[in-house]
Formats: sequence, structure tokens, C-alpha cells
Amino acid sequence: MGISVKHISKSYKNVKALQDISFEVKPGELFGLIGPDGAGKTTLFRILTTLLIANEGTATVAGFDVLHDYKSIRKHVGYMPGKFSLYQDLTIEENLEFFATIFGTTIEENYDLIKDIYVQIEPFKDRRAGKLSGGMKQKLALCCALIHKPKVLFLDEPTTGVDPVSRKEFWEMLKRLQEKDITILVSTPYMDEAALCDRIALIQDGEILQIDTPEAIVKHYPKQIYNVRANNMYQLINNLNAYKYNHSVYPFGEFIHYTDSREDFEPADLVAYLESKNLLHIEIEKTEATIEDTFMELAK
Amino acid sequence: MRFLPLQALKMKRFIGFIKKEFYHIFRDRRSLFILFGMPIAQILLFGFAITNEINNVDIAILDHSKDATTKEIINKIAASEYFSIKQIIEKESDIESIFKKGKVKAVLNFEKDFSKNLIKDSKATVQIITDATDPNTANTISNFINAILQKYQKELNKDITFVYQIVPETRMVYNPELKSVYMFVPGVMTIILMLVSAMMTSISITREKELGTMEILLVSPIKPFQVIVGKVFPYIFLSIINAIVIVVLSIFIFNMPVQGSLLLLGLESVLFIITSLALGILISTISATQQTAMMISLMGLMLPVILLSGFIFPISSMPIPLQVISNIIPAKWFIIIIKGIMLKGVGIQFIWKETLILLGMTVFFIGLSVKKYKIRLE
Amino acid sequence: MSNNKVIQVEGLTKMFGDFAAVNAITFEVEKGEIFGFLGANGAGKTTAMKMLIGISNPTSGKATVAGFDVYTHPEEIKKNIGYMSQKFALYDDLTVKENIAFFGGIYGLSRKRIKEKSAVLIEELGLEKVANKLVGALPLGWKQKLSFSVSLLHDPKIVFLDEPTGGVDPITRRQFWEMIYKAANQGTTVFVTTHYMDEAEYCDRVSIMVHGKIEALDTPKMLKKQFKVENMNDVFLKLARG
Repeated sequence: MGISVKHISKSYKNVKALQDISFEVKPGELFGLIGPDGAGKTTLFRILTTLLIANEGTATVAGFDVLHDYKSIRKHVGYMPGKFSLYQDLTIEENLEFFATIFGTTIEENYDLIKDIYVQIEPFKDRRAGKLSGGMKQKLALCCALIHKPKVLFLDEPTTGVDPVSRKEFWEMLKRLQEKDITILVSTPYMDEAALCDRIALIQDGEILQIDTPEAIVKHYPKQIYNVRANNMYQLINNLNAYKYNHSVYPFGEFIHYTDSREDFEPADLVAYLESKNLLHIEIEKTEATIEDTFMELAK
Repeated sequence: MRFLPLQALKMKRFIGFIKKEFYHIFRDRRSLFILFGMPIAQILLFGFAITNEINNVDIAILDHSKDATTKEIINKIAASEYFSIKQIIEKESDIESIFKKGKVKAVLNFEKDFSKNLIKDSKATVQIITDATDPNTANTISNFINAILQKYQKELNKDITFVYQIVPETRMVYNPELKSVYMFVPGVMTIILMLVSAMMTSISITREKELGTMEILLVSPIKPFQVIVGKVFPYIFLSIINAIVIVVLSIFIFNMPVQGSLLLLGLESVLFIITSLALGILISTISATQQTAMMISLMGLMLPVILLSGFIFPISSMPIPLQVISNIIPAKWFIIIIKGIMLKGVGIQFIWKETLILLGMTVFFIGLSVKKYKIRLE
Repeated sequence: MSNNKVIQVEGLTKMFGDFAAVNAITFEVEKGEIFGFLGANGAGKTTAMKMLIGISNPTSGKATVAGFDVYTHPEEIKKNIGYMSQKFALYDDLTVKENIAFFGGIYGLSRKRIKEKSAVLIEELGLEKVANKLVGALPLGWKQKLSFSVSLLHDPKIVFLDEPTGGVDPITRRQFWEMIYKAANQGTTVFVTTHYMDEAEYCDRVSIMVHGKIEALDTPKMLKKQFKVENMNDVFLKLARG
């Protein structure tokens, strides 16, 4: 009764947006679709919310076929599109009331579900949605998507353009919703948010790179990663890129994530090499792989 | 009427939707201005721009009788503040050349033996020829001359039981199908109903597309036709109010007589409003942004209405291809209909053909937009 | 300029009525530094940046950018800085070459110079095959790299980047940062405004603005140490949540 996607493909004119996508989301799961802009996340969301028709493949949402039972799906899912899609000239309360009415319910009926979130914006309920901050808009949009107690919730990049505080609060809200037996499919371009999902699918250029729990994904990273730093970042990158044994060289904040192609790699060799290139204050130490490392390794 | 729970739910949904539409309309100053400021502004503008006051208009006289009566009439006209006699001409053939030179706006042509005829047959004829390139002025001029003639006639008949009658024969050159001073009212009304109905609905639907709210509405149990009806309903209501405002303004400020049945006028207006709304929906199905919707409404609807409907340029003086094209413009038929009702006072028996054409167009546009309306995004 | 400070700001303030959008901020940025200017939405970072690039007048305080005073020489400042934003970068309906020529022209580069620069740039970015294609048809990552290069066309002393890498795929993003490191290595100062904290990790130093004031200013390493957390995101959360 969650989501089941089987061999979905979709093309626009000559662009392949999705190629043979398959995955299952179990009921009550918080499933993340992780990938950059243009990976096909929005297209997939639109197919699952019955807004687009796939060229190939089938999919069911809450047990309903996306093509034939689209009317049933529209009754039972909540959808928050990537762009803020509420009426800017309506107040918080009017927006919520409107969506409750078109879904044939009332705010009171499902107040329990949204209470946690709604109390945070209730003090401003007479303010127009257009005048709200990014974080408040996002909370309101979530309330509107939840007002009819959907079985499945689709959140397309809910945290894009939102500051870290609101992002953190948003994920805390999702965790609480999950406890209320709502299946959640969420997409995000932020790799650091992947760890907050039960399972994730890494997606790029319309193809799924890998599906697993976040822990399993980083555990299966094939190499040992080293944090390397030196006095000059740019020269360090150039020299590492020129080093004939390198497997991958990626800037990662204040460090470079380096992997070596040899089985018996000795960090001291690398230090010696870098010293020979006149770099100073060289530091090198082992580090754990992140989702982002895995993503880059798979997308390479 | 008793509703089943499901129907009650649907009704509530529908009312909720309409409530939201009214919020949008009343919170957007721009659309409020278009809705209510525009009709009033347009009526006043057109009304005052088309003046019916004349002053010292140059006219010419062609007097075939040259007797006491014609002299008296000519003196009366010359004495009035409205006219000054620029020239006395001698033959019929001078009429055209004097008009071509643009020297005078009207020529008074007294028939031969005017006095004699008046006494013998108690009836004499004077022809009033006006330059109708400016039809409103032409009409006003002939009205004023008529008034002077009538006044004189009354004076003649004052002391005697026998009735003398001066028959003015009005002839207009260059624009025989004279447009009345009040002609702007049907035209403005047509434009406003079109603007409010077609442009405002198409903008309000495309706005939902642009904002992304259409996506959410599609992914909800509300049916697409409910969205459309919900969108259209407030504008039917507002357009009717507008039509009433226009008619009331015309009657009370410009003393326009409404000759025909107000009920028929109302019904025909509602029909035209629905035609325009259907066009608005059609526009919204082919445009993705408010800007496109506005452009299409203005270029595709307003311009033809202004140029080809007979509102400003008489259809009969258009080149044949444009005359043919004018037939597919709903506004043309609506203008004929309301002109008939307002100015000529005709009933349905004289305009049923036009009404039927308009009805056919409406059904066609509704059918087309329903067919074009998508339940998905592509 | 007597020293290496390309941006010097002292007590810079912008009032909107009674509200201090930017409240007496003070900081300096050195030549060749990658400086992260962080803050939540509405913290005042856009307002502050507008003053620095000479399109908004401060209410009070002092600021010089590239050696020029923001009050008296805003036009000189504009000639000496580059600007790139995620929202507006290049014209989608012009080709790669036309975009380069257009922006080169705006900054008064000679036709010959534009031609040379354009050839180098296209080669460096590997855009030979798409040089005559419309920019709108390029992938987001390419657009952003091109846009950054275009902002460096006139060899500005400082380049201002407004949330440059949001939404880009991780690999392209790294290529982008390599370009930034390169520019900085050649002496261009890079001023990055962002609310994406992982972008902050790449900067030499970062300042964090909360409610119009700079509440923290140091290297990412020192900030993490100071707040005893693992990453910049947590530094930010601690500061913003108080």
C-alpha cells in the first residue's frame, strides 16, 4: 500500500527525463529521492501524482494505478510541489480552509494531524501567505498538503531555499508524521539530508544509481578516503590531480577527499610527493565516506 | 431542495472555491480597477468625447424658390447661434464641389415654388444634406435644423386652423448608414463585457498555472470542470453588474433612450458574457502565463472587437475580405443585437438570427475549451 | 591601496525606518581570500552586499571596496568587481559566444580582447562543441561555470557570488569550487553570500549574520572548535537558535 514503481520511462521531445526507474516504498516509510536539479525528480513526482503519463512502465500509489485510478489517487495523496504553490493573496487560515474544503473536509476534522505544525504559524493566521518567511511558507504548505489526512505524502524539494534552522525543523516534523502511518516520498538535492531518511534512491540524469539505507550506502563505499590539506588549496588540487596513482580527488570543505588506486597505499608516499611539489603544512588522515562521496563515485 | 450528503459536499466545495475567487478579485487592486473603474471611465470618456453641442457651423443654401417663406426660414437659421451661412449656391451640381472643398458641413436645398406649394398643398419640402464623414456632427446638425424648421412651422400655424407642413428631407452624403450619437454605448458595453469576461478569466486561470497552484488543484478530488465553473461564476456575476452600470450611466448621464425590452437586453447580455467566458477559458488552455493570456486577449479579442465589429468603422465600408472576417467575431453580432434593442426598440423576432449565431458560437467555444482542457499537465 | 585589504567595512549600517537591516557591521577581507558571508533569509546579508557593490547607500558607517569609497565612488567599484547570482546569470536566448561578447562589451573590453578571452574561456571550460548553442540548452552546471567565468572576464579585483552552487550535482559543484580556488590563487578576492552551510565549509573565513549583526567571524575550523560541533551547519544552528 506504499508506492510501487516498475520500469518507468519518460521523455520530452528528445530529452530522456527518466529511464527505466523501479523502486518500492513500504507503507509508513520515509523514502528519499536524492539528486541534483535536472535529475528527473520532479518528473517522477508528477507521474506518481497523476499529473504526467509515463511513456513506459507502471506505478501504483497506495494500491491505486497511476493511470487508471488517478481519481482515487487524487483523493488519497498529499502533494507539495517544488515551487511554493499557495495563494499569496489569501491568509494562512484562508489557504488552509480552502484546501480543506476542496478535499471535502474541515480544519477541525484533521486538526490532530497538523496541530504540531500549525501551532507554530497560528499566531500569524491572518497574515497573507505572500508576506510569510520561507520557513513559515513551507510549514503552511505542509499543513495544506496534510489537511485531508493523506495516506501518501509527496514532498518535492521541500527544503530548497530554506535556511538551516527551518530545514532542521522541517525534518523533525517529517519524522513525527511518519509515526502517524503516513508514507512519505521526499526529494532533495542536499546530500546531507539523505541520512535522515529510512531509505534513499540516488538519482542522476534520469537514472537510479543506487537504492538502500543511508548507512548501507556509505558502508559499501569501495575505497578508503583520506582527508588531505595543505597551505595552498589550489596547488594541492592540481598536484593531486597530476598524481598518477589517484583514483578520485574532490574538494570537500576545508579538505580534499582523496582515494588512491593502489591496494597497498601508504599515506607517507603521498606526503613525500606533495612535499616535493613545495607544499607546506601537509595533513593527511583517514575519514569516513559520506553519501556525497558515494554519489560521486557512482556518477563518475 | 434536499441534498444527499455527497451533493452537499460538492456544493460546499464549489462555494468554497467561489469564495476564494472573490478574495482574489477584491484583494487585487489592478483587477478591481479593470472591473469597476474601467466601465465607468470608458462610458464617461466616450460620452463626453462625442459631443452633441454645435456652434457656428458653416452651411450653404441652394434656394430654388427665393420667395418670402424661404427667405424667412433662411433668416431664422442665420440668426441662430448654431449656424452661419457661408455661401449661397445656384445649382445642384455645386453641392458636391462645395462639400469636397470642405467649406461647409451642410447644405439646405429648398424645392421650387416653396411658398406656393406650402399654400396650395399645405406641404413643402426642404432637403437637408449633411457631410456625414463626421456622422455625429452630421446628425446633430440635421436635428438642430429640424428644430428650427419645426419652430417656424408652429409659428405659421398659430393663428390659422389650416395646417401648413414643412417636410424636411434629410440626406447624408459619404456615410449613408448613419451611426447614432448613442452608438458608442453598445460598443463600449461590448468591449467591457468582453474584457471583464474573457481577459479576466483567462488571466485568473493562467495565474494558477503560473503560481503552481493548478498542480495542487489537479492533484485533488476537485474536478477540472468544477475549477472552470468556479472560476467563471464570479465573472458572470460581475459582468452582469457591469452591464447594469453601463446602461444606468447611459440613461441618466447621456439621456440615452432604451427603446426595447430591458429583459431581452439582459438575456442577450448574459448570452454574450457566456460567449466571452468560453473564449477566456479557451485562451487559458493555450497560454502558460498571465502575460501570454493578456497578450492574446488584447490582440486576439480586443483589437478585432474595436476594429472589425462595426463599433468604430462601419462594416459596410470595409473591404470585402474584412467584411467576411467580421462575421466570425461574436462582438459584431452582439452589437447588432443590442443596437437593435437599445436604439430601435426591436423585439426578438428581428434579432433571432443574430442571437442564434451567437448561441452557436458559444456552444462551439465551450465545446472546444472543454475538449482542450487537460486533466494532467501535458 | 596601502595594504592587502580589498574590502574594509566599519560600523556599516542600513536603516529602513526604525528597523536596522544591517546593524553596525565591521570586517575586512584580504586580497585572494575566499570569504563566506552567511546568514538566514532576512538576516541582512543581501542588504549588506548591495551596499558593498555600490547599488545601495548606507545609512552610516564606513566601507571601501577595491580601494574605493562606497559613498563617493560607487561607479569605480562597479568597474572593479564581478557579480554572479544563481537567479540571474546569463541570457538563455543568446549563444555561449554571444553572452561572452555581450558581457565583455558591458565592461568595456575591446573587440580583440573579447575574442581572445572568449577563445581561452571556451577552451578551458571544454565548451567548443556548444559555443554556438543557446545557453538555455546547456545543463545547469555548465551554465554556472560559464557564468562564473563571465563574471571574471574583466579581471575584477573582487567577485561577488550569490548562492552560486545550489542544486548543482556534486561533481560539477567541485569543479566549480576548483575554479574558485584558481581565481583566488591568482589574487582575485571571492565574496560568497549563501545560506547553504556546506558551501561555507569551502571558504577561508566566514562571517555569520543574525538579525543584522555579525555574530561570528573566523575560519570554519576555528568556528567549529569554538562551538564544539562537527560542521558549519551546527555552528549556524547554535548561533541562530541562540
